[in-house]
Amino acid sequence: MHEEQLRLLKEIMAVDFSLVELNLFLDTHPCDQRALMDFNNLCCQSKALRRQYEQCYGPLMACSDAPPRIPWGWVETPWPWQIDYGRS
Amino acid sequence: MWVYEKKLQYPVRVREANPRLAKYIITQYGGPDGELAASLRYLSQRFHMPTRETVAILNDIGTEELAHLEIVGTLVYKLTKDASIEEIKESDFGAYYADHDKAVYPVSAAGVPFTAAYLQSKGDPVTDLQEDMAAEEKARSTYEWLINLSDDPDVTDVLRFLRQREIVHFQRFGEALDLVQEHMNSKHFY
Repeated sequence: MHEEQLRLLKEIMAVDFSLVELNLFLDTHPCDQRALMDFNNLCCQSKALRRQYEQCYGPLMACSDAPPRIPWGWVETPWPWQIDYGRS
Repeated sequence: MWVYEKKLQYPVRVREANPRLAKYIITQYGGPDGELAASLRYLSQRFHMPTRETVAILNDIGTEELAHLEIVGTLVYKLTKDASIEEIKESDFGAYYADHDKAVYPVSAAGVPFTAAYLQSKGDPVTDLQEDMAAEEKARSTYEWLINLSDDPDVTDVLRFLRQREIVHFQRFGEALDLVQEHMNSKHFY
């Protein structure tokens, strides 16, 4: 995986992890306005990053913003356990 | 339902083939305090939770555990894929290899296959949430012992991430238990 693709993928992973964490917090604190605002902002950020990633590098989900191609991108792009995430 | 995303929750790096470490880490895939038991426990218990918040937390933590199952499976896959037969023979991994080659299969570190007896779904939300808090602590302890056994700093980094998630889940389940008890102690007028 190219450096720029990996950088963008890791950025999406980081933003989406923050979303999981805030999601769990909001489950037990559904009236916390600050957490809800952070969640909504990160949600927009994640959508924009995903759109950018999928347009350049193929789908993250089967139904995606990736441009149509043959063979279908879903079966062509690497699975997460096959990716070399580089040095930490 | 669920939708798959082609990404891990946390990047999994390993320095080199290490079948000995894979043999220990597989316990968090299919062992008594592993991620498969955790996800099945929460996703089964969620149907009978009495408040909206507690249904949501069991649903969402149960879902996150599936992402952790994938991380643990990736660790085992990456630690074994380039291991030579000599390395396997010299390590504890030989017994596992005899039954499964390098395939990822839900067993404990001692080779006991996964069983639903590792989890409960009792229908009593207080009982279930107490079990869930204990389960998170048991998983946290297991990650501690795995960190003690790890000689690969990249693997240790992933194990630390997973250990931290158990601590967060314990906290959220504690809050859920408070919410359930508050609900049960309140008068219900309709």
